[in-house]
Amino acid sequence: MTPALRRWVFLAAAAGLACFYLWGMLGLPGFGNYPGPYGFVILHLGVRQTLATGIVSAVNFDYRGLDTLGEEFILFTAAAGAGVVLRHLRGERQRPAVDEAAGRDAPPTSGAVRMAALACTGPVVVMGWWLTSHAQTSPSGGFQGGVVLATAFILIYLSGEFLVLRRLSPVALTEAVEAAGAGGFAAIGVAAVAMGLAYLTNYLPKGQVAGAVSSSGTIAAISFFVGLEVAAAFILVVGELLEQTLLIRRGG
Amino acid sequence: MNVAVHTPYTVPAAFMDALQVTILVLVAAGAAAVVLVRRPVHQVLVLSGYGLLLAVLFLAFQAPDVTVSELAVGAVALPIVLLLTLAKVRKREE
Repeated sequence: MTPALRRWVFLAAAAGLACFYLWGMLGLPGFGNYPGPYGFVILHLGVRQTLATGIVSAVNFDYRGLDTLGEEFILFTAAAGAGVVLRHLRGERQRPAVDEAAGRDAPPTSGAVRMAALACTGPVVVMGWWLTSHAQTSPSGGFQGGVVLATAFILIYLSGEFLVLRRLSPVALTEAVEAAGAGGFAAIGVAAVAMGLAYLTNYLPKGQVAGAVSSSGTIAAISFFVGLEVAAAFILVVGELLEQTLLIRRGG
Repeated sequence: MNVAVHTPYTVPAAFMDALQVTILVLVAAGAAAVVLVRRPVHQVLVLSGYGLLLAVLFLAFQAPDVTVSELAVGAVALPIVLLLTLAKVRKREE
């Protein structure tokens, strides 16, 4: 294909894309104008039905719980895939990292960075744990809480050493927590089936006061398991990458 | 439209409009900056700042749940993963 012909093909394709793009944009509802009925129905009935004032969590873990289960297993599979790709291959020998460019000026981690990371770790753990375990209110949710919990472990790595991180989150324990999180979510759904209800029916008592700790039934329980799964999955992936970077592997 | 929850405070609508327009423009500029920066390590730092901007955007559009996710994933977790990958790749090149 000559450059001139290629330019014409590109221009024709770009013009077509621009037309369809504009057509699509013009068909969008106006900014802030929500056309569908479901949002209004959920806003109207959500708090009354689930007794969770965190409507986002109520939608995620109850109204469309099956979708969220699928999403959770996407993350589970992705973390497993990263673990498989980065696994210790046969014939690979591991040795601790030493600076290979010895003449390079690599400053050590400053005391300020260590102190800031250390000072943030506690509040971040509290925030992540709160978000994970308070799905009945807003803002909340197992996914958010789990990711925030995982950043606490990144802070520990920043404030200390890789080996401290490994001691606090041994691979076997992290994998077990991830499996328990993913399995717990599915098991809550299976328990509903065992009781003769539809999968992931909210069968736990929902309490009296909307938004109270005792309210929202299975929503809070599912959020808790999702938080465990997400936190463990992130720690596993970051840990694998840290191992790749810090412990140099060579084919034998 | 009726608001489901009555908050004990109010913000003038004009102020919210101005805030939302400002943050939208900032996010557009941030996205362009991420693409225009050429050096990968600098790009990761700009990407982290862009994640921060997106978090503010979600907050300005009243989505605190998404704000928390974006803060943790966009501003912290994704840059960390990219930085580690860059460190690994650079080590192999040396």
